[in-house]
Amino acid sequence: MSETILNIKSLKVEYNTQEGSVKAVDNLSFSLNKGETLGLVGETGAGKTTTALSIMQLVPNPPGKIVDGEIYFNGINLLNQKNDEMRKIRGNKISMIFQDPMTSLNPVMTVGSQIAETIMLHQKFSKKRAAEKAEEMLDLVGIPKNRAGEYPHQFSGGMRQRVGIAMALSCNPELLISDEPTTALDVTIQAQVLELMKKLKEQFKTSMLLITHDLGVVAEVCDKVAIMYAGKVVEFADVHTLFTKPKHPYTKGLFNSIPSLDEEVDRLKPIKGTMPDPTNLPRGCSFHPRCPYAQEICKVQEPDITELEDGTKVSCLIYQGLVSDGK
Amino acid sequence: MKETLLEVKNLKKHFQTNKGLLHAVDGVNFEIKKGETLGIVGESGCGKSTTGRVVLRLLEATEGEILFEGTDIRQFNNKQLRDVRKEMQIVFQDPFASLNPRLSLSEIIGEPFEIFNMYKPKEREEKVIELMELVGLSQRLINAYPHELDGGRRQRVGIARALALNPKFIVCDEPVSALDVSIQAQILNLMQDLQERLGLTYMFISHDLSVVKHISNRIAVMYLGKVVEITTSSEVFKNPLHPYTKALLSAIPIPKIGQKRERIILKGDVPSPINPPKGCRFAGRCPYVMDKCRQQDPELIDLGSDHSVACHLVNK
Repeated sequence: MSETILNIKSLKVEYNTQEGSVKAVDNLSFSLNKGETLGLVGETGAGKTTTALSIMQLVPNPPGKIVDGEIYFNGINLLNQKNDEMRKIRGNKISMIFQDPMTSLNPVMTVGSQIAETIMLHQKFSKKRAAEKAEEMLDLVGIPKNRAGEYPHQFSGGMRQRVGIAMALSCNPELLISDEPTTALDVTIQAQVLELMKKLKEQFKTSMLLITHDLGVVAEVCDKVAIMYAGKVVEFADVHTLFTKPKHPYTKGLFNSIPSLDEEVDRLKPIKGTMPDPTNLPRGCSFHPRCPYAQEICKVQEPDITELEDGTKVSCLIYQGLVSDGK
Repeated sequence: MKETLLEVKNLKKHFQTNKGLLHAVDGVNFEIKKGETLGIVGESGCGKSTTGRVVLRLLEATEGEILFEGTDIRQFNNKQLRDVRKEMQIVFQDPFASLNPRLSLSEIIGEPFEIFNMYKPKEREEKVIELMELVGLSQRLINAYPHELDGGRRQRVGIARALALNPKFIVCDEPVSALDVSIQAQILNLMQDLQERLGLTYMFISHDLSVVKHISNRIAVMYLGKVVEITTSSEVFKNPLHPYTKALLSAIPIPKIGQKRERIILKGDVPSPINPPKGCRFAGRCPYVMDKCRQQDPELIDLGSDHSVACHLVNK
């Protein structure tokens, strides 16, 4: 049995807006084992980034607030940590790669000194040793050492994302959170970055939480997958089970929405309707207005999490035997 | 044999910049048959959007011919151009930036009628309602403003506006890139339905190969201002010949498990289109580069069976 590194229990995060309180993350639970990569998948507004920011304790407050729940990292509840303790963890034991390599670097600092800053802060290295280590990190992600003295604008998008990765890895984190690390990149550059992340994962045995909306990326790098919809995890499974036997109607809908490269289909089978308004989520199961199998009961009863024989955890009344899936 | 609706010959668009001449589109040739979809794929900066705009004369070409129904629209005066614009429309990438936030949907969709002075107010409203129905927008939204709509609905507004004048040809510039997958699939289906019903011809620009494959009859792959390969949509995926096309295809993460594919990882980034090197534009990243490639720019050569490639390796 492998060790758990991250365990989130019934996390609730709300944002207070003029239109009312938004439940960005609602009763979310999942866990991640050491050395594994978990893909957190969902569409805009599903609560993926909020979940990541909660782990880092970076949810902007106000308007955001962690209302309830526990986040255990190596057995310690992060939500009970004081600010200065959290600061020692953040960037050191848990670090994050952000989506947009254009805006997540400081434009007035050279990339070398940005990486060295993290190292000096956490590892008590001298300035000189930190600078050397920064160069080593750049080398590791395939950027020539002699470019450490250049500024972010002198790098292309793919290279900036590598700088972000170098920075995130510079203190050998135990957990790496990547928020859509390749979304802003072209496919050939995305392939380079994914290849690099896979290599580094093997080399350093880092556990990773990968946030993405791209199921292709998930198939490539993840061991486990959590599908999120409207602030909840609706399906959790290992990657093989999820891709061969998706259970939740939303997961199935997602697969049917992606045009396939090797099959000819005349029309896609999209999920009807749109994401619900987060200030006014439907009662019962929040997916029911878009679900092809929805019955009256789905409008009133919120589904529990059901664990199936193959290990999938799914939140749908079909699997509680209360609704027929039409077969 | 279907008729050709649009033919582009040796199309060039250069921009003067401080650092030198930027070759955004550099000698592009293709044709689109009536009722068909030509997909244009390539990475950022390859010139696909510029090509779309130049074809509509939203940007003036530097050189070349744009034959729409056999006449070169580059020779048109303002009056003629205005008339031909009824036939040629565009749907933009970003449904958040391409709609005027201060106009209601009826004003946005009805604006083409206003510009061409068509219909009386009552009729105009009927037409707008008809168009809204056509693209699957509820009639109750007629007085809504863009900020009240989500991305998918906004893109439907952009499509309704493009259809208002009954065009023959629509340039779709990354129309689904800003949308979530479930919404993206809805819009793609809508565009295919409309094409069948109205006999539309599309030039579909996207960086997403699976989307392009799904919707196109033929596909042109662009790299740094040039078309490197153009063929039917199934042929691109079954039998890609240009090393760039191969690398591009192998780089797409496929949402399936257990498919082992050989991945070609290209080194480096797309070079700058400002003062590009002589020879093949792809030579610097190509795994099969030969001496000849650095000297001589390969021409796009027709190999027969509707497959053209610009590569010295293929065209010996």
